[in-house]
Amino acid sequence: MEHAEHPSYLQHHFADSQQQEETAKLGMWIFLLTEVLLFGGLFAFYAIYRAWHPEMFVEAHKVLDIPMGALNTFVLITSSLTMALSIRAMQVNNKKQTIWLLVATLLLAATFLVIKYFEYSHKFHLGQLPGKYYTYEGITAANPHIFFSIYFTMTGLHGLHVVIGMAVITWVLIRTIKNNFSSEYYTPIEMTGLYWHLVDLIWIFLFPLLYLIG
Amino acid sequence: MSSSASVNYLNEFKGIKSWLFTLDHKRIGVMYLFGVMISFLLGGVFAVVIRLELLNPGMDFITADTYNQMFTLHGAVMIFLFIIPAIPAALGNFVLPLMIGAKDVAFPRLNLASWYIYVIGAVFALYSIVAGAVDTGWTFYAPYSTTTSTSVISMTLGAFTLGFSSIFTGVNFIATVHKLRTPGMTWFKMPLMVWALYATAVIQILATPVLGITLVLLILERAFGIGIFDAAMGGDPVLFQHFFWFYSHPAVYIMVLPGMGIISELIATFSQKKIFGYKLIAYSSMAIALISFLVWGHHMFTSGQSELASVVFSFLTFFVGIPSGVKMFNWMATMYKGRIKLDSPMLWAMSFMFLFAIGGFTGIMLGAISIDIHMHDTYFVVAHFHYTMMGGTVIAFFGGLHYWWPKIWGRMYNETLAKISVFLVFIGFNMTFFTQFFLGSQGMPRRYYNYLDKFQPLHAFSSYGSWVLAAGFVLMAYYLIHSLYKGEKAPNNPWGALSLEWQTQSPPVHHNFEGEVVLDHDPYDYDTRMVIDDKLIKK
Repeated sequence: MEHAEHPSYLQHHFADSQQQEETAKLGMWIFLLTEVLLFGGLFAFYAIYRAWHPEMFVEAHKVLDIPMGALNTFVLITSSLTMALSIRAMQVNNKKQTIWLLVATLLLAATFLVIKYFEYSHKFHLGQLPGKYYTYEGITAANPHIFFSIYFTMTGLHGLHVVIGMAVITWVLIRTIKNNFSSEYYTPIEMTGLYWHLVDLIWIFLFPLLYLIG
Repeated sequence: MSSSASVNYLNEFKGIKSWLFTLDHKRIGVMYLFGVMISFLLGGVFAVVIRLELLNPGMDFITADTYNQMFTLHGAVMIFLFIIPAIPAALGNFVLPLMIGAKDVAFPRLNLASWYIYVIGAVFALYSIVAGAVDTGWTFYAPYSTTTSTSVISMTLGAFTLGFSSIFTGVNFIATVHKLRTPGMTWFKMPLMVWALYATAVIQILATPVLGITLVLLILERAFGIGIFDAAMGGDPVLFQHFFWFYSHPAVYIMVLPGMGIISELIATFSQKKIFGYKLIAYSSMAIALISFLVWGHHMFTSGQSELASVVFSFLTFFVGIPSGVKMFNWMATMYKGRIKLDSPMLWAMSFMFLFAIGGFTGIMLGAISIDIHMHDTYFVVAHFHYTMMGGTVIAFFGGLHYWWPKIWGRMYNETLAKISVFLVFIGFNMTFFTQFFLGSQGMPRRYYNYLDKFQPLHAFSSYGSWVLAAGFVLMAYYLIHSLYKGEKAPNNPWGALSLEWQTQSPPVHHNFEGEVVLDHDPYDYDTRMVIDDKLIKK
């Protein structure tokens, strides 16, 4: 089946594999733009409420666990590295290394979620919760529940993206094992990488905005 | 030219599965067409019920609560299930790849996925109708939407889901236009419909995610009381309006821009004349797409937004009228001294120009703060947006549907009945909605169940108009469905148009074109080219 003009991965409506790859990349970047706007809405909410309740934000951010957040930042950045290296490995046809690097990325993503779980459960325990569920009494400024509404919505939506990313990484992992990819064709791994870097990047904005800025 | 036993996209594969798992943009377009037409019927029934109830003051046959649900469902169904997907996802899906000489859209699987997501969104919306229909109005304003007992969550979840369907179509179209144009088709050789769909896609991907996150926050507010839109908890309900209109004002251009694209095609084809000001029409589509993001505040002149903001938004609102005006003048200049053929699609196009002009002018009036203070939330606003949305988009959609119908199905409809249908719709529409300009300017508030006796004659006249309008659509449904079974075989190029979709057979083959696409002329070269018996010849 596979000869130079019509490799099996080439879809019928593309003239050649270069056109297919370029189209996929463009599509992925446009999709990432929509993701940025989705989170952009939340960042706008953050900015508006921070401007309205500056003292409360300063006081409330102190209850967040900076070492845990920093550790998670390190974990996610490392996972971005393993993801990028897995694409590199496939570019040089090293299937075995690609598989191990994708597995490492998955494990790091899972580590991120486990750390997040501990952070969440601690806050649940203390009643540092959104809106009407807020029962914590350690913050004196008015309306501290708003901070936690924003904290949980932003980190929750980000966490959901981590879970979706794990599902997609698992999918390209299975396809790698099934020999779908080679140095000729590895677009799905590359696209997954783009998505994963965006998930990482959003966290890199969330961490200082929520945990660090006083 | 069309051989009776020709193989085409409709008959090459058979059975329900060949439709449900199809990756063919033409079939997906047709499936969207079914979806939007069913939604149009549903939304239309709600509309007739509303007008029937308003025939007399007081209760005629439904309660005030049911009435609130009816106008909400009419709005939500018409906006989210019909008008947003109608032109891009149904007609656009069908014609975009054909017009640029491509075999399909860039991502056929994503295209099919967007249809399924549309269906899932529709199911959420239908569920909310059955389980205690929403009564907030289609705008879901907080704090009412976070406190009413009706099923807000399933309807907003439906709108959220439908948003993703719209985003996927947008992503697909942008990539398709960038990467899949046939060799030789540069940006300024694209049909203007393609420009319009491209500009629409830009708004779809930039605005829809913001609506998505806003509806998520509304759902969280309602389900968990997160306080973001609740003034008592330090939140702000007006913030919901800002975020809602940041999407929903650009969204009215998602609705009308592709309609303007259709009109550009119809005017050029049926005037058999090179379109006037091609580049300006193309640029004006992009200008509308960009400026549309800067005017949302004109929905909140009376919501407590700062006066400075209102003045700026008012100015920008006048500004967005300019590119629309540019298009109107170009269309008229195209018709001037053209060889105008009054086939039914052209009648729809001319109705569009007449009605959209009224819709546009009244929009400029409402964009002036001093007038809006008096007119806001009255029937004047209702009439204005029906002139733009229905007189504009819906009329353009039906113009496009009649124009491409022979290409989609390979059948012609009854032209006489089609002309009667345009006539009925045009008369019925003006009876229904022109009346409402008077009602609004005399102070009749929108969304009210009851009204003063002095408004009764005008309300009754508007209701009679809705029956004429409905009759026009029933007639259309009859002859269109009839044409599927008994219609004459359509030629490949019944209108003598020059864009690429008319150079393949009707209906097209599965891969759109037999052999390589030959592009040796621009889409509007009517000064040097003409079509006789499906054959393109040089003058």
